[in-house]
Amino acid sequence: MADVVGYVFPNEHHIHWSLMIVTYPYITGIIAGAFIVSSLYHVFHVKALKPVSRFALIFALSFGICCTWPLLNHLGHPERCFNIMLTPHPTSAMAGFGYVYSTYMIILLLEILFIYRAVFARLLPQTTGFKATLYRALTFGNTDLSPATLRFDHKVTSWLALIGIPMACVLHGYVGFIFGGVKAVHWWLTPLMPVIFLLSACVSGIAGIILGYLLVQWWKRRPVDEECLSTLVKYLWGFLILDVVLELLDLGVHAYLRVESWHVLEHLISGPLFTSFIVMQILIFSFIPLVILGVLTLANVRGKALQILATLSAVMLLIQVYCMRWNVVIGGQMVSKSGRGYTFYHPGFFEKEGILPTILILLAPVIILFFLAKVFPLWMTEEGQNPQPIKNFN
Amino acid sequence: MNKGRRKFLGYLLKGTAGSLYWMLPLPIKVPLQIPGLGEEEKYDPEAHEFVFMVDINRCIGCGSCCVADKREYQVPDGQYRTWVERYLITVDGEVFVDSPKGALEGYPEPRKVEKPVRDAFFVPKLCNMCEEPACVQVCPVGATFKTDDGFVLIDYKRCIGCAYCVQACPYGVRYIHKKKRTADKCTWCYHRVRRGLLPACVNACPTGARKFGDLRDPDSEVSKILRSSEPLFVLKPDMGTFPRLKYLHLRQEVI
Ligand code: SF4
Ligand code: SF4
Repeated sequence: MADVVGYVFPNEHHIHWSLMIVTYPYITGIIAGAFIVSSLYHVFHVKALKPVSRFALIFALSFGICCTWPLLNHLGHPERCFNIMLTPHPTSAMAGFGYVYSTYMIILLLEILFIYRAVFARLLPQTTGFKATLYRALTFGNTDLSPATLRFDHKVTSWLALIGIPMACVLHGYVGFIFGGVKAVHWWLTPLMPVIFLLSACVSGIAGIILGYLLVQWWKRRPVDEECLSTLVKYLWGFLILDVVLELLDLGVHAYLRVESWHVLEHLISGPLFTSFIVMQILIFSFIPLVILGVLTLANVRGKALQILATLSAVMLLIQVYCMRWNVVIGGQMVSKSGRGYTFYHPGFFEKEGILPTILILLAPVIILFFLAKVFPLWMTEEGQNPQPIKNFN
Repeated sequence: MNKGRRKFLGYLLKGTAGSLYWMLPLPIKVPLQIPGLGEEEKYDPEAHEFVFMVDINRCIGCGSCCVADKREYQVPDGQYRTWVERYLITVDGEVFVDSPKGALEGYPEPRKVEKPVRDAFFVPKLCNMCEEPACVQVCPVGATFKTDDGFVLIDYKRCIGCAYCVQACPYGVRYIHKKKRTADKCTWCYHRVRRGLLPACVNACPTGARKFGDLRDPDSEVSKILRSSEPLFVLKPDMGTFPRLKYLHLRQEVI
């Protein structure tokens, strides 16, 4: 499904890392970003983010569940996937995936369980049937709501969140490293790759949280917490600035140095990658949200305007980050190692690694989130009728 | 029985016996092509250092090597363990490269170039068997590995088909085998070499452009070339992969 210009090595007519490998860092990015939102509240005590702090965790969990799917679909032998943990090869950047991913998921799950223990304990008296059994199981039989126990939960949660931050950074920084560590592909070869991946992860995570939060509130006809939204918008703006500046700096340094590889890359940017990189990723989906978010932050906009513009920016940035993943993953493979040609990639709709499977994999976390929300109350308001006063420990 | 018929039957008998010679699993000794290999008691990989050399000036782009290779390994269409590139360099330094079907059908048609040509030659490509192979470094499960006698091979039973090695190889020699769904590449015919045979492509090359041998054997052709003043080069030396595949008379335009 590829065509070529110039001279391309005969084995390079096929692009090996397909849409699946574009989608995989996209999903891990969202996980890492969402986790960082919840940590802003749990570790850095950004009080305004309290309304979305739990939602962010469950959001991260639902994407975490699907994170390996694109990889498994991509592997030639998915049935051997556990080799990566059974016979890991220490010099390979990719060998760490199994460990990093599992550790991160365990921390995430533990944090969720500790945060929700008290919530479930409070909800138990009003719950019956299967749900009650489930809640009891998830509290591990400990329904104690005394201040001492709550304080303990809180302490554990803070520690988990604290360990979780570097883990989330490792999870995604390491994805950047997988690309940045390939010396044969000039488009990937930059020590900044892990950092750029991490910052764009934060952007996509926060944008995902904003969009999810607003959609749920509108759907349930509940008021939006403006303080929370505008704080999210501020963080989104901050991370976006860092992200865009670093990406452009990286490009700028290469363009200025003009070493041999640049002469190939400049044709890539002005040719096959022009639309998706310059026009879409930078001009439309970075600069416009940059301006909108800047205005929202500096002019302290509130009300409907804030909600609509925040939604617009969030959607645009979710597209921007997908473009970024595409431009990195596919862009790098477009340049032939012969230095004399380019390969194009047109994913088919029904292909095994094509557009339809990608859409399904990207929709799956949303569906999983919907079902998880039935078990894990995402919002503090949902325990409103509780007879006991809710201690603000979680 | 008349004479003619007796003669005919005699031929028939001899013919049958002769063909049986090829069919029965008799302990026939294959004539060794790599001196010294068959005589060892036990093969000691560390006692050998194999190199591959390609003489650009000798290659005529006939594609026999590619055909031999495809046959030896049943390589799927559109994938190449080895291929031959055609270079045309014009007087003003413009470089034209092509390799239709990896030169499986040779180059029956000359390539038309508008400007006068300064230099024209063919470059066979295959795995460089790097001393510091990027493909081995990145393989997450250790399916790609290096042997003590200098070969980089793939364990097809362990490979998960992630294609990381395909990305990491600077020379574009790897691919994900369409049927095996694992990584695959040129092996310098390790299975043949261990039996004392030359790689299939070296055997097929009519001009001696492809050379193979043991550097530890001072009488081998490759050792002699190495000790001579012939100009030897490797591809992409700045990649730090230290290829064992050496090119004689390589032009700087070749990547
Ligand atoms: S040429 Fe490529 S496949 Fe062969 S050893 Fe070197 S890096 Fe590995
Ligand atoms: S495709 Fe196979 S040999 Fe190549 S890096 Fe992946 S597991 Fe290793």
